[in-house]
Amino acid sequence: MTRRPFEQDRPVPGPERPEAPSGGEPRAARKPAPPEAPVRMGRRRFLGGALAGGAGVVALGAMGERLAGGAQPAVAVQSSPSVPAAHQWAMVVDLRYCNGCKMCTTACETAHYLHADQTWIDVFTMTNAAGENYFMPRPCMMCEDPPCVPVCPVSANFRTAEGITLVDQSRCIGTRICMNACPYQARYFNWGNPRPAPRQPFPQEPSWPVPQVKGTVGKCVFCAAMLPSGKVPECVAKCPMGVLYLGDLESDVAVNGLGATVKLSDFLAENDAVKFKESYGTHPRCYYIPGHGQDLETDTETA
Amino acid sequence: MSDQQASVPSPLDDGVRAREDLRSAAMRPVLERQRWWWPAVVVLGAVVVLGVVAWAVQLADGLGVAGYNDQAFWAVYEADLVAFIGVSYGGAVVSAVLRLTKATWRAPLTRIAEATALVTLPVGMLFIVPHLGSPQRIWELAWPPYWNLSSPILWDFFAVSTYLLATAVFFYLPLIADLPVAAERLAGRPGLRARCCRLLYRALGGAHEVSVPRRRLIEGSIGLVAIMVIPMAVSVHSVLSFAFASSSRPGYLETIFPVYFVVAALYSGIALVVLTVAAARRLFHLEAFIHPRHFVRLGFLLVAFGAAYLYLTFTEYLIDGYSGTSGLAAWVRQDLTGRYWVPFWFYFVAAGVVPLVIMMVRRARTMGGVVTAAGLVVGALWVKRLVIVIPPATEPLVRSPLAASGVLTGDWGTYHFTWVPISITLAATAAVPLLLLVLFRFVPILPIAEMEELESYEEELAEAVEITARTPQPSPRGAASRPLIPPASACAPATLTTATTPPGRLGSPPGDVGGLAPGRGVAFGWPR
Ligand code: SF4
Ligand code: SF4
Repeated sequence: MTRRPFEQDRPVPGPERPEAPSGGEPRAARKPAPPEAPVRMGRRRFLGGALAGGAGVVALGAMGERLAGGAQPAVAVQSSPSVPAAHQWAMVVDLRYCNGCKMCTTACETAHYLHADQTWIDVFTMTNAAGENYFMPRPCMMCEDPPCVPVCPVSANFRTAEGITLVDQSRCIGTRICMNACPYQARYFNWGNPRPAPRQPFPQEPSWPVPQVKGTVGKCVFCAAMLPSGKVPECVAKCPMGVLYLGDLESDVAVNGLGATVKLSDFLAENDAVKFKESYGTHPRCYYIPGHGQDLETDTETA
Repeated sequence: MSDQQASVPSPLDDGVRAREDLRSAAMRPVLERQRWWWPAVVVLGAVVVLGVVAWAVQLADGLGVAGYNDQAFWAVYEADLVAFIGVSYGGAVVSAVLRLTKATWRAPLTRIAEATALVTLPVGMLFIVPHLGSPQRIWELAWPPYWNLSSPILWDFFAVSTYLLATAVFFYLPLIADLPVAAERLAGRPGLRARCCRLLYRALGGAHEVSVPRRRLIEGSIGLVAIMVIPMAVSVHSVLSFAFASSSRPGYLETIFPVYFVVAALYSGIALVVLTVAAARRLFHLEAFIHPRHFVRLGFLLVAFGAAYLYLTFTEYLIDGYSGTSGLAAWVRQDLTGRYWVPFWFYFVAAGVVPLVIMMVRRARTMGGVVTAAGLVVGALWVKRLVIVIPPATEPLVRSPLAASGVLTGDWGTYHFTWVPISITLAATAAVPLLLLVLFRFVPILPIAEMEELESYEEELAEAVEITARTPQPSPRGAASRPLIPPASACAPATLTTATTPPGRLGSPPGDVGGLAPGRGVAFGWPR
């Protein structure tokens, strides 16, 4: 609680949040009506404004409203628009304990019926300044200002009220411009036919994109369809080292697959958590706890 | 041709004959099918069909068969898209810019240039289809409820569609005044194609002579569209560049990109106009109207843009390399000395240095030289587009910026060509001449009305008539003893043996590099 280096760019002050469940909160209550209110982001406003300004010849008309509100999400956001989201999901990666076994990657690929190269959570082997190797798992960062969303021409990318960026694969036309926009290489394309999957408990939908759809983009979804039933994402559940934590900024707790439960804000502050590529202004919701002199901004990936 | 000749009134006035000659030359591709026409169409059509087959395979098996992967997510189709839309800019330059600057020498080139634009632009736009992973949902781009107005790709779509419309209008407007002539030529001809032509002309609203007020109206509209088409052309490639630049990738995130793309497009566009004009001149025997001098002038335009592009390339790499930040240094190194050094330096030599040298050396500054330079430019700029698109897309992003400025570590992706994108690219390349060959079976290849109307034409004509009166009629094959200008009568259909005149001879006196000397006036093609 004494020091929260990440707090400045997190609009919802985690710990204080439960005391003030409604009214005056910047994020959830900013704009009641459109479900995509939390998606209003600086980058999109800038792009939208600049392009609209440049396109004087085109009669914008009714589109102006759309510009102001951002593009409509492809599907209705799960939570009711007028009620602030109950959760704001985040992930913590404790780099100190990762042994590079890649069981998280395998678990994810098994659960989502992905091909081996669709490493939605990838584990990079990095080298620190002292020349030592360490392992860096990288899921989707669930950016608060995701660059991948505003570039999609058909609004197939959207961010839910609970802070999860999803792809509507029934709308994606496969331009791959979101793969270009994501600074974390977190997006994967279905270059061929997807791995066949048996009948799933949920229909194919953005929060449970199984099976994948040929010619569309897929990415880590934080196992969004599992979260409401109290399950942690597959990678979190299967990590034998307890490296990965699923966190909720609303209730300020995080749990890992070994059953450890921590108070999120304290855990991050005490361990000097950092975010990857913070300078890009994406406000990732994935926190890294560096252990042994790691510096994500300067360490090398070893091929 | 002979029936046209017969239709000429017998007490021949030279002016009428020259006019008659222009009209027959312009209508020749429509009226007579060249011997090579069908073989050419069949061969080109076969290449197009192969491309369609390749696309069908890709549709069935996914984009992976085109050599793509997650670390080379954009590659050849994106380069093709940029390159083919880029070459359509030649029409805008030759017709719009030169029209607005009152460069009357452009007149014989305009129809060919506009037709090239009209044909290359849709072919370039079609590359959206193989580019998309799910082309079956392409309609979503035109479905307003799905629009995301902050997406560069959506604005690409708007910009290119608008530009296509403008290009079509720009092709159509100058055509209106030619249609009566064309209709008259085709009158009474049997055959399905002649009937189609007549129907087409009627549909386009030009079955009878254009009245003077209507003519003025058309002229005014052409001027207006010429002004509008330039910012449109600029916007198309600017917005296209945004699709790349709206990312955090080193090599894509470049403020120079819009300018860079526009200049490259103009550069390659002029080069393609040179090539199509040269081909049309040779294949349809337009030597009497399109002179080496035209090529030299186009060559100067070409190198102006070539030098600008070289300068922009230099600026980009110099500053990015100098900055030493993050992945930029890695990317610069990869391009200049790493995996992509061959294509990069190929561009540098073929489209950077060689055209400049050709236009600088007086002896090389001939029609052949300009055509060679243009061929190199079209090819090398396609390669340059690959160099622009592929390396940043394959650059690893989860790795150290600092390390990148030292050794190249990290997991660079690779793109491998397969037969699928090669076939599709070849198909598009073949589609351009194919469509042009078909198009010129229906519309006159020279802008008859425009050429006839240009004031300088009349002056030149009077002068030519005068000279003809003084000069003994040259024997048809006596190229060496010909006067430097083809006299009006020499352009009559019977003497189209100008085709046998060595290139470089007909147009200009030795040492004249395009009639740019003061006091020479800018004639549209009658050399002095
Ligand atoms: S499963 Fe856990 S320990 Fe293994 S690579 Fe993934 S995060 Fe690291
Ligand atoms: S990490 Fe990439 S894919 Fe995930 S939200 Fe951020 S920009 Fe989008």
